[in-house]
Amino acid sequence: MQQSWIILGATSSMARAMARRLAKEGATLFLCGRDMDDLAATAADCLARGAVCAEALLFDARDTDTFAPIIERATAEEGVINCAVFVGSMPEQDAIDATPELIAGVVTDSHIGPATFLQKLAPYIEARGQGTVVGVGSVAGDRGRIGNYVYGSAKAGFATYLSGLRNRLTRAGGHVVTVKPGFVDTAMTWGIEGMFLVASPDAVAGDILTAVARKKNVIYTPFFWRYIMLIIRHIPEFIFKKMSI
Amino acid sequence: MAWNKLTYTGWGRARVASGLVARPERLSTLTRDLTETHAPAFGMRRSYGDVALNHNGRAYDMTRLDRVIAFDPATGVVEVEAGMPIGDLGRAFANKGWIPPVMPGTGFATVGGCIANDVHGKNHHVMGSFGQHVTAITLIQGAKTRKITPKSAPDLWKATVGGLGQTGVIASAKIQLMPCKGDMMVLTERRIDGLDDFLVAFDESRTDYTVGWIDATATGARLGRGILEEGEITSGINKSRDAAKSVPFNAPSWALSAPVVRVFNELYFRRVPAKGRTSVKPITEPFFPLDAIHNWNRLYGKRGFHQFQCVVPMDQVEMLRAMLTRIGTSGLASPLAVLKKMGAGRGGYMSFPMEGYTLAVDFPNRDGAEDLISELTDMAHDAGGRIYFAKDGVASAAQIAGMYPDQETWAKAVAKADPERAFETDLVRRLGLRDGTGAA
Repeated sequence: MQQSWIILGATSSMARAMARRLAKEGATLFLCGRDMDDLAATAADCLARGAVCAEALLFDARDTDTFAPIIERATAEEGVINCAVFVGSMPEQDAIDATPELIAGVVTDSHIGPATFLQKLAPYIEARGQGTVVGVGSVAGDRGRIGNYVYGSAKAGFATYLSGLRNRLTRAGGHVVTVKPGFVDTAMTWGIEGMFLVASPDAVAGDILTAVARKKNVIYTPFFWRYIMLIIRHIPEFIFKKMSI
Repeated sequence: MAWNKLTYTGWGRARVASGLVARPERLSTLTRDLTETHAPAFGMRRSYGDVALNHNGRAYDMTRLDRVIAFDPATGVVEVEAGMPIGDLGRAFANKGWIPPVMPGTGFATVGGCIANDVHGKNHHVMGSFGQHVTAITLIQGAKTRKITPKSAPDLWKATVGGLGQTGVIASAKIQLMPCKGDMMVLTERRIDGLDDFLVAFDESRTDYTVGWIDATATGARLGRGILEEGEITSGINKSRDAAKSVPFNAPSWALSAPVVRVFNELYFRRVPAKGRTSVKPITEPFFPLDAIHNWNRLYGKRGFHQFQCVVPMDQVEMLRAMLTRIGTSGLASPLAVLKKMGAGRGGYMSFPMEGYTLAVDFPNRDGAEDLISELTDMAHDAGGRIYFAKDGVASAAQIAGMYPDQETWAKAVAKADPERAFETDLVRRLGLRDGTGAA
């Protein structure tokens, strides 16, 4: 059956790598984001690599008017409708300290926008009785840390949303994969001090598609982050509150 | 834009640079950053020496700009971002009946690098150099972005193809692909007993893809012995091979010592039966034989290695023999040595190819290696030949004087394109390529 994928935040390097892998499998791709020139280049690339169809569509997490046209276009296709969410924003914590109003944008980009979109899409997945949602969160959502707790709290909220959505879609034949990447070699981490065990976007995309195929619920990628975060989550709060990691 | 302080090398790892590197993921980011910061670009750094390095300066890493921008199935013209590896391009289109007309010895080289070094392949005698099949280039010269073709800007074009990135950053390019029957290759390998036999075999070869592996440790009557590989593209069933292997760490220094290499070469020579053999393989294998082993440069240990590559005119066979004799007695040769007959095709002022024989040999970066390469460079010079900048990390400005007859014309065009010398790299400075001292 034809697989269609809506990819939100398709200009990110992880999303690009995933789109490329899906293209090789002959998927139909709806590449959604704000930089239409860049999305058009990714669409052309996916077509050359085997995608049945690849289109660039406007998606702005802060503008709900952009949501319906994407859902309308994707559901016009027959077969399985899937959706992968890569959107999110992470201003420096210093910038947020100076301008707390920035929090609304961060939470909208990482949680409210994608959750609203998925809420609109869910009935279609239920109606077709199949389809997978991939939600990319972050290990930053597992525990609030001094360096990026606003971003982390938005990702934590999104992870909880995904958990509920999984609960809902499972009973209709759908599935939700929550992805928690560790450090990935992207523009976001380029040049930042203290990065270690950095994964390539393509390796992360490979892990995600394996998780989709095996109907995993929550994955960490690379896998060892599960154990790193297990330790971090279990540090007692009275110690953790004095740490800066 | 984030600038990352990095220490980086070419493929040979014998030349090292450190400096700030940006890695844009979108063409719009690259364009914006280049307006503020003029600096050279590099791709996968598969050139061996320092042509892609900018020590104590800034540079752009192009590897994230690796997409197909447009493809016209009617004409076979493809437009790609400059950071796309050439092997990826081959794999993406071969099963659709199109292939890049020229592919270098590694599929990891980027399209931008293939243009900037005007690379050649095993079919140079038929198809010429890479740049001859490029039909348009988007060049970012600081704040100015220009889309050039061989007709719209002939002087700038010839200065850009094979121009080592000195006219600006190559952001994207259009390439005329070549129709092909399929993604397999019929490959015939046979033993050749010595240099003279090799030269006869090259003359008699009628295949599109022809290359000779040489046992660079052989001396005396066996001098120049090796294996001739002849290939033609065909169709067939492509059972893709096992996943690539990787060399996980630096090998110890004895791994490629003289006795080990002698034994390896003997076995490698005898691998092909005395009567020769013909097989059908996926095109990636004969095109990119070493790509199956990632990080094979680690076999040379942490000091790295150099590759020497020159081309000498057809009538300089005795000089070629003298070079092989010198290499064979040096005890420094590695298993990687390649001989090929080149045609005249070249795309720019500073393109390497000329009609003649081209010889490429790897040397571990041990004591004496640089002196030997220097000697070989002088021999190439005396023969009226030239060395290949994509491989060089050793030569001096004086040694290469006169090797490239169009150097002065090129230097003038480059001075016009980049008056601030913002795109200079370590090799360009070392050889004084833009100083106009080269023309003898």
